[in-house]
This record gives sequence, structure tokens and C-alpha cells, in this order.
Amino acid sequence: MTVTSDRDAVRLSTAPEPVAPRPERRQSLTAPLRRTWRQLTSMRTALLLLFLLALASVPGSFLPQRGLNPVAVQQYFVDHPTLAPLLDRVYAFDVFAAPWFAAVYLLLFVSLVGCLSLRVRLHAKALVSPPPAVPRVLARMPESARWESDVAPEQAIEQIRSVLRRGRWRVARTDLALSAEKGYLRETGNLLFHISLVALLIGIALGGLLGFQGTVLVKEGDGFANTVLAYDDIKPGRRFDADGLVPFSFVLDDFQGTYADDGKALTFLAKLRWSGEDGGEPQPYDLRVNHPLVVGGAKTYLLGHGYAPRVRIVDVEGNVLEQTVACLPQGPTFLSTCTIKVPDAAGEQLAFEGVFTPTTVQDPETALVTSVYPAPDHPALTVLGYRGDLGLDSGTPASVYNLEDRSGLVPIGDGKTPQKLLPGQTWDLPGGGSLTFVETTEWATFQVTQDPGKQLALIAGVGMVLGLCLSLFVRRRRLWVRLSTPGGNHPSGRTVVEVAGLARSGSDAFTAEFAGLSDRLRQLAPPRPADAAPTTEEDR
Amino acid sequence: MSDAFLAGLSDDLLFATVLLYALAMLGFAGEQASRRSHRISETSLAAATARQATAARTRVMAGAGGPAVPEPAPLAVPSAQRSSRAGRAGLALTVLGAVLHLGSVLARGFAANRVPWGNMYEFSSAVALSVVVIFLVLLLGRRVDRGLGAFLMVPVVLYLGLAGTVLYTEAGPLVPALDSYWIKIHVFAAVLSSGAFLLSGILALLYLLRSRHDAQVAAGSSPRFPLSMGSALPGAAALDRVTYAVIAFAFPIWTFAIIAGAIWAESAWGRYWGWDPKETWSFITWVLYAGYLHARATAGWKGTKSAWIAVAAAGALIIDYYVVNIFVVGFHSYA
Repeated sequence: MTVTSDRDAVRLSTAPEPVAPRPERRQSLTAPLRRTWRQLTSMRTALLLLFLLALASVPGSFLPQRGLNPVAVQQYFVDHPTLAPLLDRVYAFDVFAAPWFAAVYLLLFVSLVGCLSLRVRLHAKALVSPPPAVPRVLARMPESARWESDVAPEQAIEQIRSVLRRGRWRVARTDLALSAEKGYLRETGNLLFHISLVALLIGIALGGLLGFQGTVLVKEGDGFANTVLAYDDIKPGRRFDADGLVPFSFVLDDFQGTYADDGKALTFLAKLRWSGEDGGEPQPYDLRVNHPLVVGGAKTYLLGHGYAPRVRIVDVEGNVLEQTVACLPQGPTFLSTCTIKVPDAAGEQLAFEGVFTPTTVQDPETALVTSVYPAPDHPALTVLGYRGDLGLDSGTPASVYNLEDRSGLVPIGDGKTPQKLLPGQTWDLPGGGSLTFVETTEWATFQVTQDPGKQLALIAGVGMVLGLCLSLFVRRRRLWVRLSTPGGNHPSGRTVVEVAGLARSGSDAFTAEFAGLSDRLRQLAPPRPADAAPTTEEDR
Repeated sequence: MSDAFLAGLSDDLLFATVLLYALAMLGFAGEQASRRSHRISETSLAAATARQATAARTRVMAGAGGPAVPEPAPLAVPSAQRSSRAGRAGLALTVLGAVLHLGSVLARGFAANRVPWGNMYEFSSAVALSVVVIFLVLLLGRRVDRGLGAFLMVPVVLYLGLAGTVLYTEAGPLVPALDSYWIKIHVFAAVLSSGAFLLSGILALLYLLRSRHDAQVAAGSSPRFPLSMGSALPGAAALDRVTYAVIAFAFPIWTFAIIAGAIWAESAWGRYWGWDPKETWSFITWVLYAGYLHARATAGWKGTKSAWIAVAAAGALIIDYYVVNIFVVGFHSYA
């Protein structure tokens, strides 16, 4: 700041001043553009955009969202057949991916970047410039003091200067006057916070473009190799390249869940053996909730679990077929629905449908089975059987979890009385063949994520908190000292000491700091005895 | 000490805490009431003297819109001593209540062998403690007037009472997803900043009350209840300042709580942000407080408008904790 007026001295911020719109020349084509830009980067617009952003987020929390719970969205369509399509058209089920949501935050960030670029320049300039010159009338400042002393002005001013320097003030001297300033970190922090916000957005965008997320169900004893085809469900980023998947594989040796007496889950543990790209000796890893397996940039999480009873089927020709069937849990006690398809059975194909109950209770009247506890304390498999054509050759993809096409199936027996099997029990099927419930095993679902923007987002988060603390708790303040010798520069003449201070925020704290500082200066330039009771702003 | 004993102790301590806070409220209110009646007699005295002054001067004063209510008179009269004794008793009861409250929260933690903020009841109790402790810190640092205690203790007592009855949950273990050291960091930061935010919401409401009261007085009318309570409050400018100070204290902590939550979510659920309803409302709360901090520095948004933003932001926080937990299903619905 080379040009300093009293007004500059008092303005204790590098924030751009609200500028009254300059009269633009009519013929200028860029005038409306510039006006729009100024409006967009004004604080008032930023404020409105902030509120708009908050408001725009609200529907995303009350309506089901596809990204979060696609099943709930389907249910909403069933429950509200007329309203749902209308809402869908305005992206109400994809609020956070909606163009209008993006419009709000992108405008906000454009406004922010515009404002930032100006403030960074102004702050950089302030950082290399000396503090603004001493105003003419110091007594008009919020804090001021004045007294007369016998000290030699030249010596005193240097002493004061070194005291302020030691107090980490930035000091500039002109003749017998000092301007000092402190707390530049406030604006530095402010800028750091806002730049970090922009970095955070870039980090999020990187993750959205180049990231990958996939989920897979693995039964005990089975393995998984990280390829796109191995997943049950994937959510790749828009620019994700399948070659970017970190090569690794693992085998699920054992899954263990423990539960409290009331059935609440206590711990989950998946015992894995994994190997990386080199395919070396597999290493054991205990995968728990909150403790993902990290291989390169890929993290593997334990997502869910369920039961997979192992069954042995003997067909009419005596061929033995073994299967491990993943059953889908239906509630907190893990009553799970199971579908067993045996397309390779000799003669007619076989199918079984029923429930797996980990802690089984059977109603003596109705013979209905249910589960009362999630742990496999008294497991049972209760099924109905079918013979016939499973319809797998029709070419339409079929789910392994249910029997979609029953047209070619005939019930075994009366088709109404399900067969309950305990581990080791065998059901000899009427018409030949048998089904044996061999043992209970478990399965777990895993989620593998790669997010190349994560590091940047984390660094940005740290920058935000640091910047906020600086910008909210550091006080920017100025101090001026002027010594004058009304009686001429005579060795025995009196010296008038004037001190003034200004703080932008926390003025209570500054009042105390100023009092302390002027006391310190009084030690350096002791008031004349006649002037012992100095007049300060506070005394008035 | 057995877990059951500790759990019972925690409940008893909470009951005692509510009782002490209620008594403290009466103490603060007693001080206010006698101070006010004292002030009214003082004012009528002043009015009598003022009648002798020139009418012109009175007009000038009214036109200046300055505070028509005189500062609290020098407290030298016996009634004033009694009133300050009531206020001091209120303060002592609040401190004692906060100590028992802390005891209740800690006993809960020891009873369940974990952090004492594992479900909504425990969380609410911890937030209420945070409100009271921050208020006491402000009081001891002479940042606020003791008279605020009467206004503050009413919502605190109601909040704790509701938490202890409607939200009450038996002490028990945590679900696996909560079993992480991040629960200490993330939830502690959330408790501390939420307490400050709720306090700032109350302060902002009191600011609105006071400034409307002042506006009516300046317009020459005498405010009716509830605005008449405004005269017992600190000045509007002081309330505005302390509201800002509390929010400025809480905002970085809230930001940190969200970031710590994101780090935890990344290790528990495989993504650091997923627009889960709780995350969404934390974000909305954060954006509104960011709006408040900006509004306070924007011409045309200072004062009343800023205060309304602070109130709205506190409302978003309450939605975040209660409406989302009770009515919306998401990853954070544990208790």
C-alpha cells in the first residue's frame, strides 16, 4: 500500500470494499458481463447461494435416493404411482446428482473463486507492504493514549520499535512515527479455508470420475479375485478404466459373528487370506467392521453377512451333487430365504425352496418354523421340493435367489407340507433321490472401493479446519506511535507520546492488550511527573 | 461397583441434576424479578425527576433511540443485596448441578464400559451438559450477564427432562459399526459444538426479543409480555456479540466433527460421504452457520437477519439429531 490515507489506515481488512456500481459506458459490450461478474462475486450473492444450497439439500434427506437406497425408490414408485414419475422428472430421487443441485454449487464455487482471486492478490500485496502510515489525528482512534515525557525521541522510538518487533508486530518507521500491524494470519487462514473448499470439491470430483465401487458375496471357503466380472454389483466412476483395478485376491476362510442376549450384534469378523499382484504366499487378515483390508489404492470392507447351508443332493441315478446355498436374511433373527436349484440332476431337474433358521423354534400347532436368535444355535433348513424344468435354457437371465419360472415345475409330495431338516438329516424324496442338509456355513458381502480423490479431500479437510481456526481466532490489529517535540528538538525539551490502536474483531480483548502495550511504552518513555496521571481513552 | 449399580447411580444423578437446574433457574429468576422491581421504582423516580427537565430534552433523548431503560442501579440497597444473593445461589446451584450432571454422564459410561454417548438419550444428556458448561465458562469469563441464567435454564431443564423420559434407553453395549475409537473423537466434537450451537440459538432468540423490545420502547410504547421480559436481558449489542463468539467457537469444532465423521465413515462403510440423511442435515447445519458468519459481515444482513439465521441453523441441528433419528431411516439410525 503505497498510497495511504487515514481511510486506508482504518480499513483493517484486505476484503474488497463493496463498490457502488460504476456508471458503465453504454456502448461497451462487456459492461453487462462485468456487471454480472461483480454481482456473482459479491458477498450477498454468495450468501443467497449458500442458503439455496441448504434448501436444495432438504428433499434429498426426506425422499428416498437411488444412490443410497434404490429399493426404497422402487417402493416409492409402487406407493405413489402418479407422484413418483413427476418427482423423478425433476431428479427428486437423485437430488445430489441433479443438474439443478450442481448448478447451485457450481455457481457458488465460481462466485467463491472470483472473490478469492481478488482477495489473494490483495492479501499478497498487504503481506509485502509496510503497515499503513500514521493517521493525522490519533485521538480519534478507538483506542488511544497521550502523555508527555522527557525521553530523547530518537532513542525512544528505536526502543519502542524493537519492543514491538519482539512482540512480533510488523513495524514501519517514518521519522518519529511507527505504524505496526499484527494478525495477518487471520486473512491467511480465511483464504486457506476457502482454497481448501475448492480443493475439496476437486477431490470429490476426482473420486466421482475415476473412482470405483463394487460389492461381492463370498461364501466361506470361496475366493475372490479383483476383476470387474467377479462383482455382483459395480458403481464405476464416469471415467473409470477397468485396467485401473488393483490386482489382488482373497479367500474367505471363516466368518464369525457374536451377539448379545437380546440378539443385538456385538462383533463381526471375516478371516481372510489375501495375496497381491505378485501372487506370493497368501497372508492372513482379520477383516472387521471399521478395519478394512488395504491393498494399494483399494480398500475392502465387510458389508454384510448371512447363512449358506451346505446340501448334498442325490439324483434318481445315484449321482451325488453338493451345493452351498447363500440364503438371504429377512430380519434381525436371520430367518433367511433359500432357493436350491439342481439343473444337473439326472432325469428331471430338481429345485427346493424354503427357509433357513439359525435358532429354530417350531410352532407345535401349525408346524411353522421361525428363528429367535441370529446365531446358529439350532439351525434347520425347511423346504418344499419341485421336479421338472427350471426354465434356465430360455436365455433370460435368472436370479439364483428365487424361482422365477415355475411353469415347468411339479411339487414333490403334496407341495404344502415343508420338510424340516436338521444338520445331517436326509429327506428321501418321493419318486427317488434325496436331499441332505450337511452343515451350516456362512457368507459375507464385501465392498471394494478405489477413490483417487480421497487423499486430496482429506488434506482439504485439514486445511479447512486449520484455516477456520486462524480466521476466527486470530485478531488483526494496528498500532500507531508518534513522538513529537513541540518545543523543538532540544535535549531537555519535552516529548509528546501519542499511541493509538485499532482492532477489527474482539475489541474487548484488544482494549486489554492496548492497555498493556501502552503501559509497556510508558516504561520506555516515562511520563513527566506533572503528567503522572495520563489521559487515556478509557478515563474519559 | 457393579454395572447395574452405576447405571442406577447415573439415573439418580440425572434426576438430582434436573432438580438443581430447576432450583438454579428460580434463583436466577428471583434475582431478575427483584432487580426489575427495583429498577422500576428507580425508573419512576427518574421519571419524576425528568418531569422537571425540559420537554425538549426528553424529545431529544427519545429521538436518539438510546436505551430508555437505565443501567442497573448501583446495588447498595438491602433489596438489591437479597437479589444478588439469589443470583449467586443460582450460580452455585448451576455449578453443583453441572458437577452432578458430569457424574451422571460418567457413571453411564462406566456402567456400559464405553463412551457415554452411544444412544440418543446419552447424547442428549451430554449435549445439555455441554450447553451448561459453556454457559458457565462464559459467565466466569464475564462474557455474559448472570441474568441470562433464568432464560437459559428453562430450555435446559425441559431438554433434560424430555431426554430422561422420552428418549431414555437402558445402558448397553454398542452395535459393531459404532465400535471404533472415532466414536470418541467424532461424537465428542459433535456434542461440544452442538451444545454451543444450541446455546447460541437461545442467545439469538433472546437477542431478537431484546431488539424488538428496544424498538417498541424507542417507539414510545411499553412492551407487553413476552416482550416485556426484554428489559431483564443484557443489551442487544452484547447479546449479538456473545452469540457470534459462541458460534465462532463452535463452527471449527463442528467442521472438525463432520470431517472426523467422514474419516470414520470411510473406514466403516467404504465411503467418506454418501448423503445419508444425517450427513445431509449436518451439511445443511454447517452451510447455515457458514451463512451466519458471512451474514454478520455483510451490509444489510447484520443484526436481526443474522440472528434469524442463527435460529434457523439451530433448528436444522435439532432436525439433524431428532427428526432424522426418529423419522428417517439411514446409516445413523442406531438408537
